[in-house]
Amino acid sequence: MMKDGINVDTKGEGHDYYQERHEDLEKGHDYLVALAGNPNTGKSTVFNAFTGLRQHVGNWPGKTVARAEGSFKYMGKRYKLIDLPGTYSLLATATDEEIARNFLLFSRPDVVVVVVDSATLERNLNLVLQVLEISNHVVVCLNLVDEAARKGMNVDAEQLSLDLGVPVVPTVANVGKGLNDLVKAIAGVASRTIPTSPRHFALKSDIRKAVDEVIPHVKKVVGDLPNIRWIAMRLLEGDARIRETLDKGELASLISSNQDVSAVATPTKAELKELFDRVQIAASSIRESLHDYVVSSIYADAETIWSKAVTKAEVPKSDLDAKIDRILTSRIIGFPIMIALMIAVFWITIEGANVPSQLLADGLFWLEDQFTSLFRWFGAPQWLEGLLVHGTYRGLAWVVSVMLPPMAIFFPLFTLLEDLGYLPRVAFNIDRFFKWAGTHGKQAITMCMGFGCNATGVISCRSINSPRERLIAILTNNFVPCNGRWPTLILVAAVFVATAFPPAISSMIASFTIVAVTFIGILTTFIVSALLSRTLLKGESSFFVLEMPSYRRPQFLRVLYTSFIDRTIKVLYRAIIWAAPAGALIWILGNVYVGGETLMIHAADVLSPIGLLIGLDGIILLAYIIAIPANEIIIPTIIMGYMGTSMMTELESTVELHALFVAQGFTVITAICLMLFSVLHYPCATTTHTIWKETRSAKWTLLSNLIPLAVAFLVCFVVAQSLRALGFS
Amino acid sequence: MELRLSKNLECKTLAEMKVGQRARVVRLLVEGLTRRRLLDLGLLPGTEVRTVMRSPLGTPTAYDIRGSVLALRTEDASKIVVKPLYS
Repeated sequence: MMKDGINVDTKGEGHDYYQERHEDLEKGHDYLVALAGNPNTGKSTVFNAFTGLRQHVGNWPGKTVARAEGSFKYMGKRYKLIDLPGTYSLLATATDEEIARNFLLFSRPDVVVVVVDSATLERNLNLVLQVLEISNHVVVCLNLVDEAARKGMNVDAEQLSLDLGVPVVPTVANVGKGLNDLVKAIAGVASRTIPTSPRHFALKSDIRKAVDEVIPHVKKVVGDLPNIRWIAMRLLEGDARIRETLDKGELASLISSNQDVSAVATPTKAELKELFDRVQIAASSIRESLHDYVVSSIYADAETIWSKAVTKAEVPKSDLDAKIDRILTSRIIGFPIMIALMIAVFWITIEGANVPSQLLADGLFWLEDQFTSLFRWFGAPQWLEGLLVHGTYRGLAWVVSVMLPPMAIFFPLFTLLEDLGYLPRVAFNIDRFFKWAGTHGKQAITMCMGFGCNATGVISCRSINSPRERLIAILTNNFVPCNGRWPTLILVAAVFVATAFPPAISSMIASFTIVAVTFIGILTTFIVSALLSRTLLKGESSFFVLEMPSYRRPQFLRVLYTSFIDRTIKVLYRAIIWAAPAGALIWILGNVYVGGETLMIHAADVLSPIGLLIGLDGIILLAYIIAIPANEIIIPTIIMGYMGTSMMTELESTVELHALFVAQGFTVITAICLMLFSVLHYPCATTTHTIWKETRSAKWTLLSNLIPLAVAFLVCFVVAQSLRALGFS
Repeated sequence: MELRLSKNLECKTLAEMKVGQRARVVRLLVEGLTRRRLLDLGLLPGTEVRTVMRSPLGTPTAYDIRGSVLALRTEDASKIVVKPLYS
């Protein structure tokens, strides 16, 4: 498709987007479709409904912004669907907005589908009108019409379509309603059988004059593009990116590849200079801020269109959302509800995971016996059997049986709360602490994600725009315990706390203990964030808006899908990859003898003085070093060290376990310090790797490990020494 | 000038509004990216805003802006000048 003699900068982003479109079309997609929309409009639901499992999630080139693409077939044509980042606008300078805008401009999709929330249509029209300026071939997906109806609003799709000049399809995407009509509209616009005449918002006279003055000069440079007025406006506003694109001749090369190359000449230096001079003169004639003016023009238009299309019920229906919000953010019971929900989630996870964990363990260890028999039947050497079966395989079996059941319970519960729209309310309730710490309010949401998996939590920090606040959120995410650390917390709580209480309430007591330790972790998050804000990452918290979406009935199938495929399986997969070599290492340490003792005992002896200083012991510290790859194997490694057995083992009852630990000098202080160390210590290898990928900085990746390590040592030291001074032992 | 001053007397900042109160935006006392963000969300001079709820800890406060509920911290809301509406 590329023509010779056209100056294309291969490093330019615009070029990447452009290249991609043509490669895709060559690979056999008939049409390229982009999906745009505000956040929380059900855009991903539409994307999933169309693509199903034929999707791929990666990053936008050179950016830490997630990018999902997929494909579908309709009436014999193949469509490639790109999910653009959810944005409120295409005008501001945030990375996600730039990505969405560049894609619409440079990849020139055949159809742009804008997914809008019917209940907040007026604000959504802001984005629709901006897209209509850039692209001619647009379909509006009027989603969540049921929610609008619930709020007593009726949206006239035909009227809207008439005013916007493009098809408007009402949908309820989460139940699949209207999606057939939507795909028909997409196909019609893609094949150009459905004509579109997009509305361009009205401009005030002096600005229109300036724009009209610039347009002929833009035409000279890039030819007659459909979005020429938009380019002129961007130039007048001083958009550096557009200017750069023109400078490099990228816009011109886009057109020439679609049309006859002779029709458009590559712009000369003189032509470009004239254009930029003209822009400067025209811009100086505008007195008020062009950006303010453009936005107010768009909203004025949006208001007109909205009031024509939307009819509100005479008597507004009782607002259920407001009632729920009053309870969940109440001054008196807002916090108790939050804590009760947290305890409930932990309790359900602990209680529910018991039986399946045991079943899985039985099954996997039965399989181990079969492997052992097989190895012996082949006459494999003992060390090979030990390394592969009792080391690597057993490590894997442990991680799977300990991690899978709680994750398979926790993640769906968590996704449920997320889908209901509860997380923004948590952020709303506790934002003052983050304000105090000088960080971003969305850190609350990234912290919640960390409860599931810190690597996921670190990735979710992308939603924070300010680099300083994002970095703080990344560095402190580790202070909320993830699923991999719960087995440790649960076991220690069950063995040393719950055993002191009657069985009926013991798991409730264990939950309370875990919540208490979790609160110490959260408190540490605030303190370390505040310290970072006042030292290494000095600054005030930046401006922040938190959208409080309407409560939505979660779709249980989607919840299960997201939490299983996206969370449980992915996290488990990573854990398995790391746990296998760790299992092998543990076997080697426990089976190689030097001077009559195993390597493990030698290492524990060396670490013992430091361990005792912070309330732990040599074996526990060694376990933490071995378990850097996967926190799940802490307890089995400790048990193995205590028992002196050559492989990881699981004891049948908590009573036996209690006896074993106590015999090794394990006290209440050890239990407390072990739980604290577990919550506060350095992130696992997967999380560290993720931090490196997200920050691309060796310094911050190193600090993300050193800070928690220092905090863990300090806290455990102070706690252990104080308790000892108070006469506890 | 005289007229303008007397008009301003009725003005308050968005942060001073009580829960349930309605107001019309008069001007935004912020520049740069923050201003763009607010404008993009539909918070422009002339827009009617209703205070929906306040966090148990006093900040942030959620406002109904063109049908969607958005929470702003007190310090940010205090940079938005509004004229309270009494019905």
